Amino acid sequence: MSQHSKRADNFIKDEARTDWHDKALWHVREKRDASAEQLPEWELLRETASQIKDNVLSNLDNYLVQFETEAKKNGVIVHWAEDAADHNRIIGEILEKHNARKIVKSKSMLTEECKLNDFLEERDIEIIDTDLGERIIQLRKEPPSHVVLPAIHIKKEEVGELFHQKLGTEKDNSDPTYLTKAARTHLRNKFFEADAAITGVNFGIAETGGVVICTNEGNADMGCHSAPVQIHCMGIEKLLPKAEHLGVFIRLLARSATGQPSTIYTSHYHQPRPGAEMHVVIVDNGRSTHLGKEDFRNSLKCIRCGACMNTCPIYRRSGGHSYHSTIPGPIGAILSPNKNLKEYSDLPFASTLCGSCSNVCPVKIDIHEQLYKWRQEIYKNNELPKSKTIPLKITTKVFENPSVYNSLGKIARGSLRNLPGFMIYNNFNAWGKQRDLPDAPKEGFKQWYKKNRNE
Amino acid sequence: MKVGLFVPCYIDQFFPEVGIATLQLLEKHNCEVIFPNQQTCCGQPMANSGMEQEGKKIYHDLAYLFFSCEYIVAPSPSCVHHIRSHYDIVEQTEEIKHLRKQTFDIVEFLVDVLKIDHLEASFPHRVGLHQSCHGLRGMHLGKPSELMSNIPSKWDKVLKMVNGIDLAMLNRADECCGFGGTFAVAEEAVSVKMGKDRLADHNQNNVEVLTSGDMSCLMHLQGIAKRQKSGPKIVHIANILNGDQL
Repeated sequence: MSQHSKRADNFIKDEARTDWHDKALWHVREKRDASAEQLPEWELLRETASQIKDNVLSNLDNYLVQFETEAKKNGVIVHWAEDAADHNRIIGEILEKHNARKIVKSKSMLTEECKLNDFLEERDIEIIDTDLGERIIQLRKEPPSHVVLPAIHIKKEEVGELFHQKLGTEKDNSDPTYLTKAARTHLRNKFFEADAAITGVNFGIAETGGVVICTNEGNADMGCHSAPVQIHCMGIEKLLPKAEHLGVFIRLLARSATGQPSTIYTSHYHQPRPGAEMHVVIVDNGRSTHLGKEDFRNSLKCIRCGACMNTCPIYRRSGGHSYHSTIPGPIGAILSPNKNLKEYSDLPFASTLCGSCSNVCPVKIDIHEQLYKWRQEIYKNNELPKSKTIPLKITTKVFENPSVYNSLGKIARGSLRNLPGFMIYNNFNAWGKQRDLPDAPKEGFKQWYKKNRNE
Repeated sequence: MKVGLFVPCYIDQFFPEVGIATLQLLEKHNCEVIFPNQQTCCGQPMANSGMEQEGKKIYHDLAYLFFSCEYIVAPSPSCVHHIRSHYDIVEQTEEIKHLRKQTFDIVEFLVDVLKIDHLEASFPHRVGLHQSCHGLRGMHLGKPSELMSNIPSKWDKVLKMVNGIDLAMLNRADECCGFGGTFAVAEEAVSVKMGKDRLADHNQNNVEVLTSGDMSCLMHLQGIAKRQKSGPKIVHIANILNGDQL
């Protein structure tokens, strides 16, 4: 069994919980549908966003240089990080210069990818995730299971117990309003104490050198407005050419993610406050290599809305942690193999290729087609298990030889147990564990045809 | 009109009645049907597992067999979709180009090529349609629930021509059944869970007969229903359109 299928198997053992997880995410998908339906121009918006991002990826070098030039003009300090280690080192140096020991961070999948929290904690720097979901999983010492809803796998009763232990709330109180209030009080103190604030970036604008951050809790603002140093970590692919393009993406992002017309806060940062410092760390970490792969480059268009996770029937029934990668779900399954084909060779197979992901994607990434293409790459790189390749090679030989196929069929129907693998390959047990085989007909279509159409 | 009948491997082996219904439907609509006995498979099982390179001979063989046919028709959107979308890795010979352009799913063929407006069929049952993913999202035989565009459903169109049919609305109109080829065994737990959930949706909506254009989805759902000893009867759409009775 692959890593994903093992973890999925484990997740599904609690069927009631699986149903709960599935329904919670399906509800988000339904909210997305309802909100998209209200815009007659929805499909045009998707197409426009897709083309803007295509333009960005084709001219990324120029836009990056333009962004840096404009940001510097605004008094922003710009850094370039080649990889995760570089990113962490740069942030470490900024914090050291300011003797910053207490850091607040708003949601950022990039810092998760770079394992920034571990890096800072090893240096005795306190880093607090200030997005409520992120804070919950940080207290549980878990990675996020979703890019927008990082704690979607946790029930409110479990949050109640966690807060009781960690924040001293009443035992057995899992009232969402009560728990949210407790989290707010806890986080407010962290904002007041913070020496520096770190955020991710949703969009960087090449034309203005500004960065845009979308949150529902205002936590990016509270961090950046109270701390003397603000640091924004941005992947190289996050750029948009002009500010006027933002409208397209802001309209798509929240609707795709949660069905909201826009996030509660859309914060634009252009320059440091008087007496404060603003840094932008631009991170490659494998993205430029990825950009060079023609079949796979357009997955860099992703704006991290999570819609593909909410709609994915596999994700909903296996949970984000089954993907064992920073970004889970269908988009994670096509991004992760770029980083490490061997480690993530199971993920492109964690899909039925149903195509729902590609249809909800606001920037029209052909996710399911890339899953298919990754499978071909995995075979070419000898990362498919022999238990799969050998039976399929035999099956190929059978299909290449009609006379063999025609005679084997009769034998197969006579004794399904000796079936040569037409449909079920080598793994009879897996098919039959919870499913019956079809009844074997007396004759196949070919025999019937011969008898009835006098060939 | 000379039409080549392509009967996918698993239909040939396990569900000959689906091939028969497709043949009879074509004959009823005055097609001259030929069935090349040398056909085997479209190669999708290998390709979806990452081994499309191994299937190139199969692609060419299939194209060669049907080159003389004006149209090629199969009772399986999934196989048709594979031929159209993924036969791009072999040299685009005249045979390959012809096959990719002229191959149709049976429902699509009835609607788009034969342009039928009525059927001599009656099926007085409550029917739930499973919109198989390749037909739905790959070929737009129906409107995928994710898209906000106007795509008329070819499945609905032909089913509504059947007398007495009562089409059920489902809670989730087009969720995948979880078959997915080798996915069904490689990701057994998720695959079966998806199938169980689909069946539950049909049960909740009092579906008596569950139908679909793709027998592979139906084989998976039927396997689970039989093991659970409950659930709707499973019938391929070609059998309903052909007027076959339960």
